[in-house]
Amino acid sequence: MITINIEKKLKAYSGQQWLKVNREFTDGSITKIYGPSGAGKTTFLKIIAGLITPEKGIIKVDDITWLDTSTKISLSPQKRMVGFVFQNYALFPNMTVREHLEYATKAVGWIDRLLAIGKLETLTTHKPEHLSGGQQQRLAILRALAIKPKLLLMDEPFSALDHEMKRVLIDDLKVLFAELGLIVLIVTHNPQELDGLCSGELEIDTKN
Amino acid sequence: MDLTPIWLTLKLACITTLILLAICLPLAWWLSKGRSFFKIIIEAIITMPLVLPPSVLGFYLLLAFSPQHGVGKWLHDTFDLQFVFSFQGLVLASVIYSMPFMMGPIKSALQQLPASLSQASYTLGKSERETFLRVLLPNIKPSLFTAMVLTFAHTLGEFGVVLMIGGNIPNVTRVASIAVYDSVENMDYSAANTYSLILFCITFVLVIGVFIFNKTQAKSPLE
Repeated sequence: MITINIEKKLKAYSGQQWLKVNREFTDGSITKIYGPSGAGKTTFLKIIAGLITPEKGIIKVDDITWLDTSTKISLSPQKRMVGFVFQNYALFPNMTVREHLEYATKAVGWIDRLLAIGKLETLTTHKPEHLSGGQQQRLAILRALAIKPKLLLMDEPFSALDHEMKRVLIDDLKVLFAELGLIVLIVTHNPQELDGLCSGELEIDTKN
Repeated sequence: MDLTPIWLTLKLACITTLILLAICLPLAWWLSKGRSFFKIIIEAIITMPLVLPPSVLGFYLLLAFSPQHGVGKWLHDTFDLQFVFSFQGLVLASVIYSMPFMMGPIKSALQQLPASLSQASYTLGKSERETFLRVLLPNIKPSLFTAMVLTFAHTLGEFGVVLMIGGNIPNVTRVASIAVYDSVENMDYSAANTYSLILFCITFVLVIGVFIFNKTQAKSPLE
């Protein structure tokens, strides 16, 4: 289980805005996160991953404190090891599809399984520039899963996929999420697209 | 025709480029990560040789490393090192003088890489060092090559600063640019022309090489 209670000041044209989230996520839960642009959805994911530090807050995963601003505890992203799917994919231009997964894990069997789930088995030697938007997005998801994280954070992970590919991938991912017992948080602009996948939801809005 | 100045120049340019590569890679990486007043000061110092007359830089280096006082005396007494009127002095002056040419392209390329590349690597459990070596560095190869060639070519053409600190000692500090000047002074236009033509050809080939290399480099999918 992950317990989050954070407050982060956001930059905005309309003066000071605060991102405030106080929530618990249980093991195996899949939560969709939505809200207006600029509300801090991506910032929220980056705070959990340890890429951004909030002004105030606590993040606890099971009995381990990842963040406690009052005692100045803040585990590095390397120690938190969350799976993170970036909105712009953040693929490494110098690496092939297979090298992306090999960079994350040495488990060959696991890599092969991920490649099959992402339907990328025939593209293992391709670099990101030679992949379509949908293929790049799938590779970003597979890379995040390659480290077998306890927590998976996805920022608009299905936006570049066509309807059929999205349906097939979501079905496969559901099985994988359950198998790994993952806590999954998915930021989306289109909450309806995740109906049937998510067990909970969180609306993020800014408080002045 | 004495070709020693050409070999000396090439040797100086090679050593300077390698030293600057070793210095500038970690320094550019550090400078590219956020800004602070201290970093601004460091960047200003590195950039100074771009705007400072070479003779001014050469003059201060001459004063600083004179074996009669200060640092120069200490280096001479302690390590038996002499930077004035020696090849080591030329290397030192070239490293300082050419640093902006190595630093600029590398730092700019690192700053232009999306922050999410490093962040993605960190979330996979990779250290900053591993991220730099396996993700950032391979993705700035064209800029790295440009920086090396620019540094090499710029060192070939140095004149004022090397003349001030190295003088014109045959086989020791008499590099090609000084040999051109010296030949003209002695009305030996044929030798001056040969040295000049060789320098012209080398730098032209280098610049063409940069253009060809950068043109054949695939673009990042993030561009």
